[in-house]
Amino acid sequence: MPPDNSVTTTIRLFFRFARGSGGLVLRGPRTYWLWLAFLAVLIVSGAAAYADQVRTGLVVSAMRDQVSWGFYIGNFTFLVGVAAAAVVLVIPAYIYDWKPIREMVIYGELLAISAILMCLMFVLVDIGRPDRFWHLIPPWGRLNFPQSILAWDVLVLNLYFLVNFVVATHILYRAFHGRPYVKRLVVPLVLLSIPMAVAIHTVTAFLYNGLAARPYWNSSILAPQFLASAFCSGPAILLIVLQVLRRFTRFEIQDQAIWKIAELMAYAMFLNLFLHGAEAFKEFYSDTEHLLFTRYWYSGLGEHRTLVPYAWSAVGLNVIAFALFIVPAARRHWVTLNIGCLATYAGVYIEKGMGLIIPGLTPDALGEIYEYYPTLTELRVAAGVFAVGFLVFTVMLKVAVPISLGEFTETENPPRGALPALEADRNVHAVAFTRGSSAQRMQDAARLN
Amino acid sequence: MDAEKNAPKLTRRTFSSCAAAAAAGWLLTACGPRRLHEFPKERLRKSIAELERQYSERHGAKVTVSTASAQPGVEFAYALDLSRCIGCRRCVYACVKENNQSRNPQLHWIKVLSMEKEKGVDLAHADPYYQPAQVPEEGHFYVPVSCQQCRNAPCTKVCPTGATWTERDGIVVIDYDWCIGCRYCMAACPYGARHFNWTEPSVPEGELNTSTHYLGNRPRPKGVVEKCTFCIQRVRAGRYPACVEVCPVGARKFGNLLDKDSEIRYIIEHKRVFVLKKDLNTVPRFFYFYAT
Repeated sequence: MPPDNSVTTTIRLFFRFARGSGGLVLRGPRTYWLWLAFLAVLIVSGAAAYADQVRTGLVVSAMRDQVSWGFYIGNFTFLVGVAAAAVVLVIPAYIYDWKPIREMVIYGELLAISAILMCLMFVLVDIGRPDRFWHLIPPWGRLNFPQSILAWDVLVLNLYFLVNFVVATHILYRAFHGRPYVKRLVVPLVLLSIPMAVAIHTVTAFLYNGLAARPYWNSSILAPQFLASAFCSGPAILLIVLQVLRRFTRFEIQDQAIWKIAELMAYAMFLNLFLHGAEAFKEFYSDTEHLLFTRYWYSGLGEHRTLVPYAWSAVGLNVIAFALFIVPAARRHWVTLNIGCLATYAGVYIEKGMGLIIPGLTPDALGEIYEYYPTLTELRVAAGVFAVGFLVFTVMLKVAVPISLGEFTETENPPRGALPALEADRNVHAVAFTRGSSAQRMQDAARLN
Repeated sequence: MDAEKNAPKLTRRTFSSCAAAAAAGWLLTACGPRRLHEFPKERLRKSIAELERQYSERHGAKVTVSTASAQPGVEFAYALDLSRCIGCRRCVYACVKENNQSRNPQLHWIKVLSMEKEKGVDLAHADPYYQPAQVPEEGHFYVPVSCQQCRNAPCTKVCPTGATWTERDGIVVIDYDWCIGCRYCMAACPYGARHFNWTEPSVPEGELNTSTHYLGNRPRPKGVVEKCTFCIQRVRAGRYPACVEVCPVGARKFGNLLDKDSEIRYIIEHKRVFVLKKDLNTVPRFFYFYAT
């Protein structure tokens, strides 16, 4: 191929890629469209609620001077964990070179990208002056680095986003071209993303950990406990996503890989419960004035008992999840496996969202008890943010799965030297692939091979 | 090899010059002033004039915005005599008026806590909403709390944009035009001294204190944090803070820590003073004492 042509070729390829992706995204079974419609409803409702919040101010939330952070920041914290854990699956895949998990790394990375996106949106909806977010971005703004841990968090989250974005797009782009990814680029970045995943969650834990004003957070067990709970919740989402993919696409994943991840989750959940127990022991046995916050979470203070049912649901769900994942027969049974995933997700969501932020601020710095409970506006905005994240994740999967299965590729170098006329045919065919019946899928697979 | 030499390519020199130019450009723009107090004099004067025009227009009265900076040799400190305080909350409302705090919703920079004499200074049993027919109540004493103007301030350290800092005279201030409203400082403050404008603050027509300071009591927008500044607009003009002036029992003392003959120095040297939450090492410039 003459080199002077390469730019136009690239542009042409890009347009073909964009058109093909568009085709993939715009075609799908009825359940796909129902799912998108559901997300769209949540997004519209969230946007309306957010518009009201911007107009009136954060007074439409239940947050006040006493409890100055609430549901938004709780969700942010939880999602940082999801983002971190999605990529930690990379560790067994690359260090032990265990192929069954390696296939899902790309999906872990896409999940991380969506989760970070949601994190950034949750911060944006929480701040009082979203119009001034650029004050954080040098050179226009001024980032108080290295003093402010929030500045560190802004940096590591964006860097982590970038690393995952580069790796995921590179792997997919090369697969689209039918070429293997560049090892010299991907392996160092993937290896970098492992400490980065630990870093984003550690830094997020330090956000709270560093505040001596809030004894509930000012405990050095916080960062390890964050990591342990993240290694439960991230894979829990991924396991469900992988099963959905296996059900609806030609994507294959060995049962063994799923079971292995469930086993790892059992260990992480054990560690999580253990660290919670260690913290509870220290608080209750030493019985200092700092016990107030832990008591507010587990037993309430006087008539202030709003969070108590949540606290014990979280404990119950986490224990159930641990029991289901540690028993081999239970984690190999699809019903109990999925119950375990949902229990993990819900348990960690409660303890890391409401359970971390609210008791940290109740009672407040001067001992006042203000019982926070999110308003409808906060719930709607949060649902909207989740919907945007899931929409992005869905759309990315819709394109990424066919690419990584070799169903959606540029056809400049087709495997068997097909003629240009056939190329177009094959391309369209590939787009329609995911909708085919299983019998047709077998045929197609046979033909492609 | 030949093909490689002839092809138009990115040489190391081009690359490094581009990179250097980009870095220089970044540095140049990054060094520019962003917060009001970093502005050069001329630009600050223009911005302040614009603020004065806006405020005057909005509130229908001539508003002045002072830019008085810290005096050399001055470090302000405060002392509060707990044995005198009767819990009348006159300081709270004098502060609201002086510093243009929102009336609806109400925002108070000073919070007075009612405590039981039996329990001593114990925040877990403090009541900020005491409402008896008459103060002081039998068996109670009162602890007014506002910004402690810490030397080792946790709030300024955590601010991601550097919108809050300690001035040379020891006053912790906020640039309301630079604050993004993330409320990290509120989580970091051990004294509940920082307050957020959860909605548009409102000061009724004609009640605005038109004598303001750009780091203090000028009108605030919604979505930013505010706090006590020791009445920066007064103390930098040689006056006492409003709460000191209004206190009917003389429980509030204020002065220059660096002046050996000041009342504040006398109190610190002769009375047994203490600070709130000493174990957090915030080193407040706000002292409490029992004179009698």
